[in-house]
Amino acid sequence: MNFLRTLLLTFLSLIIAQAVRAQDNEMADVMRANGKIYVVVGVVLVILLGIIVYLITLDRKIQRIEKQQD
Amino acid sequence: MKVAGLQWWKWLCVLLLTYTVWQGFMVEVPRMAILHETIRNLFFHVTMWFSMIILMIASIVYGIRYLRSGNLEYDIKASACIHSGIFLGVLGLLTGSLWAKYTWGAWWVNDAKLNGAAAAMLVYAAYLILRSSLEDEHKRARIAAVYSIFAFTLMLAFIIILPRMTDSLHPGNGGNPGFSNYDLDSKMRTVFYPAVIGWTLLGAWISELEFRIRRIKLHRDQR
Repeated sequence: MNFLRTLLLTFLSLIIAQAVRAQDNEMADVMRANGKIYVVVGVVLVILLGIIVYLITLDRKIQRIEKQQD
Repeated sequence: MKVAGLQWWKWLCVLLLTYTVWQGFMVEVPRMAILHETIRNLFFHVTMWFSMIILMIASIVYGIRYLRSGNLEYDIKASACIHSGIFLGVLGLLTGSLWAKYTWGAWWVNDAKLNGAAAAMLVYAAYLILRSSLEDEHKRARIAAVYSIFAFTLMLAFIIILPRMTDSLHPGNGGNPGFSNYDLDSKMRTVFYPAVIGWTLLGAWISELEFRIRRIKLHRDQR
C-alpha cells in the first residue's frame, strides 16, 4: 500500500514538474539577474567594433592610394 | 557627404549594428518552448539572408547599368556586391546550421528550405567560376550581368517559392508560422528592421572597399 502510494505520488509530481516546465519556458533569467549577460554583450560589441575599426583603416588606406593615382 | 573622413552611411552602419547587438540581447522576447533564447537569432541569422538578397538586387541594378552604358566600373560594382552577398549567404548557412543543431537536433536536415539555400549559394558560386573563366573584360561583364539576373530568379525560387510549396521545418515555410506571428507586441521588430539595414550597410561597405581596390587596378591597366 505504502509502496503504491509512493509510486503514485512520484508519478504525479513528475507530471506536475513537466507541466510547470512547459508553462514556464527556460530563459536566461539567472544570467540576466546576476548581470553576467552584459559580459557576453560586451565581448560581442568589442568584436564588432574591432571589425569596424579594421574596415575604417582599410578605407583610409584605399583613400590614400586613390589620391596617389589621381 | 563625409563625416570625419568617412561617408555618413558608414557611421549609420556602426550606429545600427551597435544598437542591434545591444538590443539584440537586451530586448524582451516571447518565451517559447524549444527556441528559448535562440529566438534572438532572428536579429543575426535571418538578417544575413535579408541583407544578402538586398545586395543581390543591387548587383542586378549595376549589371543592367553596365549593359546600358558599357562602363566597366558598373560591372566591378555588380561583382563586388555579389562577393559580399555570397559572404553573407555563407554566414547564413553556417549560423542556420548551428541553430538547427540546438532546436531541430541536427546540423542539417533534408528540408526544402535548407537544400534550397545551399543550391542558391551554388548558383552564385557558378557566377564566380563563370567570371574567372572569361578573359575579355567586356564579354565577361556582359555575360556576368545577364547571368546575375538568371541567378537571382533561381535563388528566389529556391529559397522563397519552393519551400512554401512543400513541408518544411523552417519558420515561415510550408504552413509553418513565421516569427511575425510570435512577435505580438512588435518589440522584436524594433530590433529586426534596424538590424537588416545595419548588416546590409556592412555588406555594402565591404563591397565598396572591394570595388575601389579593383577600380584602382582597372585604371592602372588602362594606362
